[in-house]
Amino acid sequence: MKRIQLPVDEATIRSLRVGDEVSISGVMVTARDAAHKYMIENPAEEMRDLLRDSIIYHCGPVVRQMDGEWQFVSAGPTTSIREEPYQATVIGKFQVRGVIGKGGMGPKTAAGCKEHGAVYLHAVGGLGTSIAKSVKRVRDVLKLEEFGSPEAMWVIEVEDFPAVVTIDANGDSLHEKIEAESAERLKRLLG
Amino acid sequence: MPVETEALVDHIVELIRRSSCGLPDDVKEAIARAAEDEEAGSRAQNALRLVLRNVAEAEQGSTPTCQDTGTLIFHVEYGPEHRQRPLRGAIEAACREATAKQYLRPNAVDPVTGKNSGNNIGDGAPFIDFVERDEPGLHIALLQKGGGCENVSGQYSLPNGPLGAGRDLEGVRRVVLDAVHKAQGKGCAPGILGIGLGGDRMSSHLEAKMQLYRRLDDVNPDPDMAALEARLLREGNELGIGPMGFGGKTTLLGVKIGRRHRVPASYFVSIAYMCWASRRAALHIDADGVASHN
Repeated sequence: MKRIQLPVDEATIRSLRVGDEVSISGVMVTARDAAHKYMIENPAEEMRDLLRDSIIYHCGPVVRQMDGEWQFVSAGPTTSIREEPYQATVIGKFQVRGVIGKGGMGPKTAAGCKEHGAVYLHAVGGLGTSIAKSVKRVRDVLKLEEFGSPEAMWVIEVEDFPAVVTIDANGDSLHEKIEAESAERLKRLLG
Repeated sequence: MPVETEALVDHIVELIRRSSCGLPDDVKEAIARAAEDEEAGSRAQNALRLVLRNVAEAEQGSTPTCQDTGTLIFHVEYGPEHRQRPLRGAIEAACREATAKQYLRPNAVDPVTGKNSGNNIGDGAPFIDFVERDEPGLHIALLQKGGGCENVSGQYSLPNGPLGAGRDLEGVRRVVLDAVHKAQGKGCAPGILGIGLGGDRMSSHLEAKMQLYRRLDDVNPDPDMAALEARLLREGNELGIGPMGFGGKTTLLGVKIGRRHRVPASYFVSIAYMCWASRRAALHIDADGVASHN
């Protein structure tokens, strides 16, 4: 298990390899469909300091407000491939060092990771409660009114968030490897 | 004396809490066994252990096991003292309350306007399947089907030339293994397959979904189906896709097959892929209005 503290430098990220298990701590930002579209179509200057050398988390959390403070109740990863058209551009534009989600991403994102020095991190889908517990504090929320709570950009402080590197900064993909190996096994089973 | 409406709503809210904030015992046991079987210290084993910890934490704090609390699918069997419309009203009231209590995420979105109803109530939501019975009392089962795994579910029409799949059980085997390969880890593997053979496009999918109410440790009373279920479970796991598609021995936790008569011209095989977070629970209310959960 490798520990990643955010903000993280490019060299550390480039040293990660497909299959590495990591534990992440520090400040990251959630973003899904509406947020990615927004970051592409607007200057989104307010996002620069938040995202530089940090991580985007594909997540639509269940949240609650207690005594004026936001809390994450259940917050596992959502399917990443929907952001494939945007992700590489967002990584380059905001110098993001990683993206956490589930299900993997495509060749455009892999090329973006290679070019800009970033990785795709696969969280365990369905870990709603555990990941919410690893969110120690909600620092801020952007576009809450406009996008609604699952689509808003939540600035969160996490501790020991577990994930697996499945696309590294060499452009290698665990998803491609497993898909090819299982295709061979399928061929044998179907004779 | 049938159960009072207010009490019934409370019982259904409790049904939703038990389903959404935990996992059935048979599923937890299957995941625990799978975690033992995986190579020590592997990504697969670590992922399954994180899953087990998450379920324990969800049960402890009554928070959703997964934040995608899914499509709500109710199966209701009711005795002669009950009527469908009040039962539907009670289920809808319970869904509203369970959403307010954060046992459920607001998950009903209008496909035209994009507006979320905010309370899980909408056109066709929640889905309720009613069956009348002679025996008094009430049985309400709930299944929560997440969106990620629903997106990798599908339907094949036999024969299928490219897969060499004819209109027989060998053809069924071939298309099911193809579906497991196509899904990779995207349906939050290890998954549970509900399979519907025959019917029309609609009833075939419904049969597949209904299979997901079965316990993982039951045995299909039809020996041919039981044998196919066991074989598909074994061969699905031989694909090596593993938890989340990280690679490993556990790609599937169970395979359950049901059948419906078809017209001579059609032979559908429907596959309802359920994620490991296979949330289901049941509520029984006897003729005297006494409730029990399982």
